Amino acid sequence: MKKVLALLLAFVMVFALAACGANTADNGETTTAAAPANTPENAVIRLSTTTSVNDSGLLPYLLPTFEAKTGYKVEVQSAGTGAAIQKAKDGNADVILVHAKASEESFIEEGYGVERLPFMYNFFVIVGPKDDPAGVKDSENAAAAFAKIRDSKSKFVSRGDESGTHKAELKIWGDNAPDAEKDSWYISAGQGMGACLTMASEQQAYCLTDKATFLSMKDQLNLDIVLAEGDDMKNTYSLIAVNPEKIDGLNTEGAKAFIDWMLSDEASALIAKYGEEEYGVALFYLLEK
Amino acid sequence: MDSFRQAFDLLFSLDRELLQILGVTMRMSFFSTAISCLIGLPLGALIGTKSFKGKSFLKKLIHTLMGLPPVVAGLFVYTLFTHYGPFGELNLLFTVKIMVIAQVILITPIVTGLSSSFIESTSKPIIETARGLGLNNLKIVGLCLSEGRTSLVSIVLTAFGRSIAEVGAVSIVGGNIQWKTRVMTTAIMLETNKGKFSFALALGIVLLLIAFVVNALASFMVKEAKND
Repeated sequence: MKKVLALLLAFVMVFALAACGANTADNGETTTAAAPANTPENAVIRLSTTTSVNDSGLLPYLLPTFEAKTGYKVEVQSAGTGAAIQKAKDGNADVILVHAKASEESFIEEGYGVERLPFMYNFFVIVGPKDDPAGVKDSENAAAAFAKIRDSKSKFVSRGDESGTHKAELKIWGDNAPDAEKDSWYISAGQGMGACLTMASEQQAYCLTDKATFLSMKDQLNLDIVLAEGDDMKNTYSLIAVNPEKIDGLNTEGAKAFIDWMLSDEASALIAKYGEEEYGVALFYLLEK
Repeated sequence: MDSFRQAFDLLFSLDRELLQILGVTMRMSFFSTAISCLIGLPLGALIGTKSFKGKSFLKKLIHTLMGLPPVVAGLFVYTLFTHYGPFGELNLLFTVKIMVIAQVILITPIVTGLSSSFIESTSKPIIETARGLGLNNLKIVGLCLSEGRTSLVSIVLTAFGRSIAEVGAVSIVGGNIQWKTRVMTTAIMLETNKGKFSFALALGIVLLLIAFVVNALASFMVKEAKND
């Protein structure tokens, strides 16, 4: 008798659960008009990206629209560009969004990436003490500003972590890159953008940063933008789908859907507007297609 | 497997930067262990042997602090020594000294807590017996130390191990600055962020090997002392 009762109870529970499930599915379809006819089979897209894209708030701003429209769920892993690319090489990401041209090109040459799709950019800025002791203001470009910092031996905080920003900084130094061991004014911090900006503020040092991260932290920093424009300060972001011929177990369809949407007019319009409300300036600009 | 080979290559290549990082690591761990033990061992002995008002509260406090998250200790020290903080004028932020300060805050409660429980459980009977035999206080302290040296060494090694393995606090207050405040753990964190996972693991293996050597030396010394 007890066994029969237990079986009955189990049946009731299964039906109840099934009914609940059906209910929520119904609600989902009725509430979001744009919901897709059928949720994709493999609904999770693993996106490996850099801290600057994620910390600036761009992805949390864009992704809900994409997810509501397609039924995909994007899992964002954010790390420095070096780690972001390595994770993709290890088979832990379907698509990457990074900003280091040379590393991106070798990623594709080694067969890991399908195609490099540059789609948006912004500018690196040089921030420093409010009284600008090295007189960097009005420099022609970042290279000229760095030369002044070097000549005056003013403190400079470098990411030193092989991130996209660090690589851009090294490119600006060119052959004049300081030696962190001998040049005590050159501080190689080996940390993320936020930690480096905090350190620059503490030490009243100069620092090369992406504009978005600086603006988001401006209130807690004792630093100003001392140089905002220069021909060598452009920072281009690209999307690359991971190559299914090289790595197995990828969600290639999902990666394609994500890239297609990111390059669509809808996403472009959203990206172009991002930042205006909060900071009064757009944080990212679109590359002409 | 690649990491193991890399770890040995690293050790035998005697890379200048690696040696410098190891030097900072050992200096930081040695001083923070020494200072924590200088404060923690006598304090632990005091709590373990004497009874006084508020003792149980003090013990609870110490046991809570034993579980203090390193990031919190790091933030606390950072707030004290930041440019506009109460001790900002000392200019200690992003130096090895401040890393030692943060570590001492983390480790002293551990040394105090462990030594007080150890002394309470093992030394009390010794003291009572010794009093019964009519030995003077100096002799009693000597007896306790010599009877409990294995445990004492293990307390010191626990402190050292905690100090050498810590990353959260030292990266906040030290800043992981190359050629200055970078230690093994923050170097491992940096290589991980760079995406050089196998190299990071190799550094981890080097760190473990060094910890093993320190432990082996300590147990050798204890053995020698026992044979005397």
